[in-house]
Formats: sequence, C-alpha cells, structure tokens
Amino acid sequence: MNSRQWAADLAMGVRFAFGGGREGWVRAVLTAVGVGLGVALLLLTTALPNALSERDARGNARMDFTYSGKQLAKADNTVIVADTDTTFRSKDVRGRLLEPEGTKAPLPPGLAKFPSVGDMVVSPALEKLLKSDSGKLLRARLPYRITGTIGQTGLIGPAELAYYSGGKGLEARQSGGSVERINYYGPSAGSTPDELDPVLLLLILIVFIVLLLPVAVFIAAAVRFGGERRDRRLAALRLVGADGRMARRIAGGEALAGALLGLVFGTGFFLAGRQLASLIDVRDISLYPSDLNPSPALALLVAVAVPAAAVLVTLLALRGVVIEPLGVVRKAKPPRRRLWWRLLLPLAGLAMLYPMTGKGDSNGNFNQWLVIGGTVLLLVGVTALLPWVVEATVARLNSGSVSWQLAVRRLQLSSGTAARMVNGIAVAVAGAIALQMLFSGVQGNYTKPTGNDLRRAQMEVSIGGGTSLAEADRKLAGTKGVRATSAISQTTIGERAKNPDDVAEVAVGSCAQLRAVAHLTACRNGDVFRITGGADPEATTKTEQLARAGRTVYFDPSYDEMPSAPATWKMPAGVKTATHREDPTGYARDGLLITSGALPASAVKGLDQKVFVSLDQSVPDASDHVRNTVATMDPLADVFTLASNDVTPQFRSIRTGLFVGATCVLLLIGASLLVSQLEQLRERKKLLSALVAFGTRRRTLSLSVLWQTAIPIGLGLVLATVVGLTLGAVLLKMSATAIRIDWASVLAMSGIGAGVVLAVTLLSLPPLLRMMRPDGLRTE
Amino acid sequence: MSIGHTLLGLLESGPRHGYDLKRAFDEKFGHDRPLHYGQVYSTMSRLLKNGLVEVDGIEAGGGPERKRYAITDAGITDVQQWLATPEKPEPYLQSALYTKVVLALLTHRNAAEILDVQRSEHLRSMRILTDRKRKGDLADQLICDHALFHLEADLRWLELTAARLDKLAEVVAK
Amino acid sequence: MTTHPAGSLLAAHELRKAYGPTTALDGAEFSIHPGEVVAVMGPSGSGKSTLLHCLAGIVPPDSGSITYNGQEMATMSDAQRSALRRSEFGFVFQFGQLVPELTCVENVALPLRLNGTHRKEAERTALNWMQRLEVDDLAKKRPGEVSGGQGQRVAVARSLVTSPRVLFADEPTGALDSLNGERVMELLTEAARSTNAAVVLVTHEARVAAYSDREIVVRDGKSRDMERIV
Repeated sequence: MNSRQWAADLAMGVRFAFGGGREGWVRAVLTAVGVGLGVALLLLTTALPNALSERDARGNARMDFTYSGKQLAKADNTVIVADTDTTFRSKDVRGRLLEPEGTKAPLPPGLAKFPSVGDMVVSPALEKLLKSDSGKLLRARLPYRITGTIGQTGLIGPAELAYYSGGKGLEARQSGGSVERINYYGPSAGSTPDELDPVLLLLILIVFIVLLLPVAVFIAAAVRFGGERRDRRLAALRLVGADGRMARRIAGGEALAGALLGLVFGTGFFLAGRQLASLIDVRDISLYPSDLNPSPALALLVAVAVPAAAVLVTLLALRGVVIEPLGVVRKAKPPRRRLWWRLLLPLAGLAMLYPMTGKGDSNGNFNQWLVIGGTVLLLVGVTALLPWVVEATVARLNSGSVSWQLAVRRLQLSSGTAARMVNGIAVAVAGAIALQMLFSGVQGNYTKPTGNDLRRAQMEVSIGGGTSLAEADRKLAGTKGVRATSAISQTTIGERAKNPDDVAEVAVGSCAQLRAVAHLTACRNGDVFRITGGADPEATTKTEQLARAGRTVYFDPSYDEMPSAPATWKMPAGVKTATHREDPTGYARDGLLITSGALPASAVKGLDQKVFVSLDQSVPDASDHVRNTVATMDPLADVFTLASNDVTPQFRSIRTGLFVGATCVLLLIGASLLVSQLEQLRERKKLLSALVAFGTRRRTLSLSVLWQTAIPIGLGLVLATVVGLTLGAVLLKMSATAIRIDWASVLAMSGIGAGVVLAVTLLSLPPLLRMMRPDGLRTE
Repeated sequence: MSIGHTLLGLLESGPRHGYDLKRAFDEKFGHDRPLHYGQVYSTMSRLLKNGLVEVDGIEAGGGPERKRYAITDAGITDVQQWLATPEKPEPYLQSALYTKVVLALLTHRNAAEILDVQRSEHLRSMRILTDRKRKGDLADQLICDHALFHLEADLRWLELTAARLDKLAEVVAK
Repeated sequence: MTTHPAGSLLAAHELRKAYGPTTALDGAEFSIHPGEVVAVMGPSGSGKSTLLHCLAGIVPPDSGSITYNGQEMATMSDAQRSALRRSEFGFVFQFGQLVPELTCVENVALPLRLNGTHRKEAERTALNWMQRLEVDDLAKKRPGEVSGGQGQRVAVARSLVTSPRVLFADEPTGALDSLNGERVMELLTEAARSTNAAVVLVTHEARVAAYSDREIVVRDGKSRDMERIV
C-alpha cells in the first residue's frame, strides 16, 4: 500500500461524493454548509484576538488625557484638547475640540491637519449619520462645517462616531478631566493598559465554545450523511474487487470531498462575514474587515485539521463495520455502553473549572486553558453520556401503543444512530442554557439600580463658563420635551485656599431652588443655612465648624497644581439650620446653603451650575433636544442621563446575538436530522407500504416517526438542561455572582430544541405519506 | 422402465419368492400400475434363461409362485451396468401440442384458446398430483414432484408459446 | 346481466386501472367464495398485482365495481377500507413485510394490536398461530435472525392471526426455494381451509398455483376465469 494508491482511492471517493445525482449533491452541499459554518467560525476565532489587539493599539495611540494632575506650560509643541463626548440616541459620540498652540503641536492619529474653529473632521460613520434624516437632530448639536474625515488609524472601529473640531479660548477652561494641555498622544507614562474584564473574557470564551462545539458535533454527524446509500456503494465496490481497506479509503475520500467543499464554503462565509463585520455594531464595538486577519499559521492549521478530522471520523465510524461484497455487516452485537468513562468527561470538566470559583471578583484572572478545557469537557460529556442515557432508557421502555412500540424497538436496535443525531442539539442547548444563565447573572452585576429618583428628574446638566444658571434654566425649561427643570449652583468651601483638610459642599440658589435640596423652615434672600441631620455626622460637625460666624473660608479651593483663584469670604453671623432631604438625583446633601443674595460676587466664577431636567417621555428624542440646547450654551457642558438601571442595552444585543446563533445552529442540525430521517424512511419504503396494506393507520406510522425523534431528543434536552444548569452554576460561581436560574431561557432553548423535532417530523410527513402509498408494493 | 432390471435389483438384497417380488415392486414403484403376476413370471423365466437369476428353492405345495429366486453374479453385473448407463433424455421434439397449435393457426382457428384450455387441463392434473402429494408419504411426494415438474415444464412452454403466438402465426402463414 | 356470481364473498366487475400511461387493468372480472383458493396467474406486468391491490382495497380502481360481502368498496372511504383490511383481510407478500425491529411474535401480533387488542392477549394468539406454522421457537428472534422460509412462515402466521375472511397472497413463495415454498403453501392453504377463509393467490409459478381450487389468468389487464371455459 503506497501513497499513490491512497491518493487514488481518496480521489475516487471524492468523485462518488458528487456523483450521486441530485441527492448526492444535496448531501454534499449540506455537509459542506455544516463544515463551512464550522470553518468560518474557526477562522473568526483565530482572527478575533488579532482584531481586538489592533483595535486596542489604535485606541491607545490616540489617548489624549494624561490624568496626571500636572499642568504643562504653553509651548510650541502643545495643544489643548477638550472632551466634548456626547450621546445621541444611546449611541456614544467621541468629540474633541483641539486648540493648537504652536506650529509643532502634535496631530492626533487619522488627521491630516488641525480643523479651524467652526470646522470639523468626522468619522465616516458620523458623516453618514449627519447626512441622513435620522441625524438631523445631531447636526443641530454639531453646527460645524465638515472639512474632512478621520482616517482608519484614528478610529477604533468603522462604526465609531467621532469628530475633531477647532477650539478657542480653551486655556481658561482647563481642568483635570475634560480640558487639558498635552504635547503627545498615546498612553501616559506609568499607566497600565486596561486588562480585559475577566468576566467579559469568560463570556467571550464561552460564547465561542458554545457556538463551536455543536458545529463540531454537526460536522462529525454531517460526514456520515447518506451512510446507508454509501454502504451499498461500498459493497458494490467490494464486489468488483476492491479490498476492505480500499473501500474504507474510498469512504474517507467521500468525507474528504464534503470537508474540502466545506473549506471553500467556510472561507467564503468568513470573507462575507468579514465584510459584514463593519455593519455590526455591538456594544459600540465594531471591527474593520481588514482587522479580521486570521494568523496564517492558525488558518493553515484549520485548513489541514478539518479535512483530516473528516476522514478520521469516517474511518472511526467504519471501525465497527465489515464491508462485504454483498452488503455492509455491522458487528452483530455492539458492546454494551459503559458508563464510567462517559461520566469521567464531565466530572473532569467540573474538576478543571472548580478551582477558579470566585476568581471573577476583584480582577482575578481565569486560566483561559482551564476554562476552555473544563467547558469543552463538560459539553463533550453530553455527547458521551447521551448515547448511554438513550440506550439505558430505551432498553427499559416497553408497553405502549403500536406506534410507541415500533419507535422504541427501532431505537433499541440502533440507539447509537439516534443519539448521534441529537447530540448536536443537546450540546447546543446545554451550552446556550449555561450562557444565558451566565449572562443574566452577570448582567445583574452590571445593572445595579442607581438610586436616582426618576419621578423628579431624568437628566442632570452641568453648566460651566460664563452662562448664567438662570439663563440655562430658562432655556432648558423652554426646550421641546422638557416638562420641568430645577436649577442649583454648587461649589465647595474649605479652610485653606490650597489642599484644604476640611471642606463642605455649598449649594447656591434662590429660596425656591434651595428648597429642592433641603428642608427649609423660612427663607429670605440673603440667608445662609447649614444642613443638619445628614447620614454622615462628621460632615455635619465640619460644616458647623466652618460656618462659625467670622471665620474665613475659601470658595472652590484648589488641589495639587491646578490653577485657581479661590474667593475668600468671612462667615456672616446668623447662619440658620436646615434639615437634609434627597435632591432629584437621589442625593441627600450636607454642607451649606447660600441664597444668591448672600454670595460674594467673587465666588460666582467658581460655581458649578446644575440644572435638573424632568422629561416628558412621550416626546421622542426628548433627551437629545436637551443635549442640543446645552451644546448651544456651552459645548463643554456635561450632561448626565439619570437612569434607574445602567448598561442593559449592550447585554441585550449580545443575548439576542447568542439566541440567533444558537437558533441557526439548531436549524442546521434540524436540517441534518431531516436528511437522515428521510434516508431512513426511503430504506423502509416497501415495509411502510406493506404495513399500510394490512390496514395500519397513517396516524400510527406518523406518530411512530415522531416518537422515534422525540424520545432521543427529549432525553437529550433533559440531559442538556442538567449539564447546562450545572455549567451555568459553575460559571456564575467563577464570576462570583449569585446563582439564579433563568427558567425562561431554559424553557426557550428547550422549546427551540423541541420545535426542531416537531419541524423535522412535520417536514418528513409529506414524503412519509407519499411513501405509504401502495405503489411501494409494486415490484415491477 | 425396465421391469427386468428392477426385479433383479430387488433380488440383490436377498433371495425372494416370486410373489414377494411382486409385492415389493408394487410397494416401491408400482403406484400407478401394479404388476400382474404373469408379468413377473414371464420376466423371471427370461432372466433364468439368460443366467442372470437361479432358482434357490421350491417350497412344497407346488405352483410357479412357490419358486424362490436368487441373483447370480452375472445378474449383479447386469444390474450394475444398467444403473451406470444414463437414461437417454427424452427429446420431445415432436409434440402433439405443437402440431395442434400450428394446425389451429393454419386453419385460422383460435390458437390461444387451445393453449388456455390445455393450460387449464395441465393445472387440473397438477392439482390432483399436489393433493395426492399432500396426503402421501415421501415416496409419493417424490414421484408426484417428478410429474409436477414435467407438467410445469409443459406449462412454461404453453406460456411462452402464448406470448409468441403472433410471431408464430406470421411464420406459419408463409 | 348479473354482475357477480351468486354467493361470492368478494367479486369484481369491469375493473379498470391505469398508472399514468400504463394500463394495468382493462376490464378485469373476479369472484371468490368462502373457503375457496383462487390462483391469479399471468406473465409479469400483466396486472396480477394490481388486481390484488384493487380487490384488497389498497388501490382504488379507476372504474368498475368491487363488492365484498355485498358491500360496494368503491363507496368506502380510505379509513373504512383500511379498517376492512385490518379486520377482514390478511396479507402475505414476497418480501419486505416484517418489521425488522420487532421480534417475530410482535410482528405476528401487530395486526391484532392495530385492531386494538391488548398486547398480552395479542401475543398469546400470535404464539398460537406460530405453533400452527411450526415457528413458535422463533418467537423472541428478530426477522434478521431467521431464514427466508422461516420468515415467510412468520408472515403467513401474521396474515392469519386476525382470522381473516380473505387472505391475499402476492407471490408468497417468490423468494423461497421449492422445498420451503411448498411447505409454506401447504401450511397456508391448510390454515385457510381450516378457517374457511378465501385465498387470493397471485403467482406466476404453476406448482404454486396447483395449490388452488381454480385459476384466473390475467393477460394484458383482462382476466379469464378458466373454470367457466372448461
């Protein structure tokens, strides 16, 4: 036996794979689609780390705020950047104002030159949005002329919304967080790159395993499509003189053909999917197709491993089979399935995952390989356990109606085939259940109630620089979609001008405005109050000390080297007391309340002016109207949306994606189920006709087909639920989250699984009914 | 069937009386036509004359049926030769049925009708044989089967001819 | 014109049936009495099997009438005809009729169970019939484990288990050697006679047909009752 003979036999198998007429093609294409999906997913997996690191690299390269607390002197090579990030209909828009201070001012990546004041350079996605109808509202907020687009090097993803515009007079607005003078872009010295949140990493790993494994199982099943027909073909080959080994190799060649075609399909799927990647925008993350480059070594590995695995699976499947010239003989009695090694797989998986419980807390790291190994072992355990469960259960099933008896007896004879067919579904459902559990558990972590009293206000606007609070209040109150506003100015006082030890919060406003943040008994303009009875007794004491009559205090004291010119004030006599209450944001303040009349003029500049906005939720885009109003007053103003929960939409889209993915996998498996079901039925055409001849009701036969699929799938789903819940519980423990079973998603996934069975049965009914026609009895 | 050889063969297992011989023959082979005693007597005297049998003894009471015959060495050789010589297969080249069919075609009578009636007749015989087979012992069954297979062969011929009547008519008409 | 001979259990008149452009039956006649064994003979493709399928109500004829026990079958619904086949008719085919997954006794019991008989009782009756056909020792075996002749006897047992009034046998010995074939025929006709069942026996073998009481020849979709000609 030499390699040429091998090649010749495999090639003959390849020819057979496509030579079976329409049915042969359907089988080959179905196999190829299954293998192709797996290959595409594999390629994506190998490309994703690359893409994410590219994306991270670009994100790092354009970092502009140093958060160092130090201030640079103005120079030829400095530029002042101002963060004008905004949100448009729950999408984030990255905004920067740039004011270069010399000829050597560094340009951010992706920009050819600094935009002038009144101009802006935008990302392609933002440009598209601004030009579209739906972007009109945002256009009003960004009234700059578009003079160019940001290059790919300046964006982390194709769907990112970003702009750079020219700034003016930013020096006076410098603060630690949102306006800063810099002389380079990139991570500041000493800052460590953000590690991926270990829980997020866990999620990504599990998503891939859960989607990949059923595909792997499916591939294994797909290369066995058309088994009976192939057996007959192999027998015929033996009859004309092929020896047993040759026949095996030819069968391997047939599987190889499907796998090779699958590689082509997979590459196609991947390339198509890569183009789609730019359209996908999950959690504000989008990827450039060019970023999705599988590393050549891994791609080569996929290209070699998949066909090799296909051939191997076929040869393994033929192991228990003797191909004789007159037919294929299965070894009379396959050995009874043993339980112990099947149990070992999931137990080993659990053992690998167990040491990592609680690591999701406090930025601990998971050992990726243990996570992958453990999860894979647990899920593969399903495929190992299922044949045993089916065999053991079916062997105990007995009495029942005729349809039941027919189905059970058939399963008893070939429980392996039945289990193999539903393995993919079981793995997919188990994985999906675990993932859903992990998601809903982790999501609970990320979406803690914020305590905002949304009945009073839904937005908080901080106005700085020049704009008077009264004006801001008036303008916001007149904005479309705003029901009510309440404004208050805030600042702090300290006992020293720089780096004070004792500080107290100060709220400034009219009596009416002050009443929104504390309970006042009587109030006249010119009064000063100190708040008592807060949750923090120390704060009350400090305030009391600072508010002693005659004491000198400093407004808006500065820290470190940030420039400021705190106003001094001598405490007046007759400070009244007020009791604390929650303001519209749910915050119960301590400190001083100063009516506008009592505030020294020098302190006005340092005031932080806030307007709480209550929206009319029935008006669409109400919050965007508010943002627009704010932008016209001060582009640097901060706008917060107060929400009772944070972060839900992103998780929802991942969950939806998972759901869709799992459904697709299940549908694919359903298709393969249907093919093998029809194949089986065709085998039994004559028998079916005979059964109908002696009066068997069609209902009986249809029901028996249903049972035949439903029994293994039912067992598969039960096993999948048990394993899925176990895995989910372990994963939740790993991410240090309370275990909570999301029965709705368990039901949904099992329901889809059951739906697939029903669909397969329904779809195989028309051919079944056709086959039950008495024509099948005609022998001529 | 050679009665002489059959009787010789029966004698090989040991000397027998003439009457015994007749009984043994009838039992084993004479289902349709039992031997007349006279036939046994005449056959035995021919064999005696040819030296193939000898008289082993005569029982008291006289009468030809009281003779006991035994086979001679020459007789054994003769049986041996007879058994070793294959029967000539019956060629059946001239069949009455064929003649009938051709005549019917020549005279423009319904040949198919003749074939069908013949088939029916054959089947009737086969039914009788089958019935007898069912009631009889193994010997009955083998004998009936022999006849049944022959009749079946005829029937197949009838079938085939019926299917080819049109062609035959063309040939005959020339 | 009397369409059907008096006293017949099952009779057909002027049956026509075509499969697409192929005419299978072209005015066929048939009748059978209780306890009678009628052979349907003819060359392959002559319409023998179609005649049997029509008579058994498996295939509705295009035209013509079939009466069973005085009832017109053409007016019956598919469900009614199925019920008739379950309770009144029995079937033996050449092959492909035993359910490979069921044991032999379960196979034999199947028609009874389809009629709603309780499992235990059905299998008891089935075992009885298997004894009569000398295959009771195969009860627990699956069809794949028994020889062709044994399997055919199991099939005959199954066809008789409901004590049908008409037994339809389509080339019942077609896949057997002559010894096994004859044994099957003997057992079949014996059992049918003992229950006074009528047997419609489709065969192209004269020796099998010889087990019948009379024969009908089908040629080109037309039938000839030889009894009445002779």
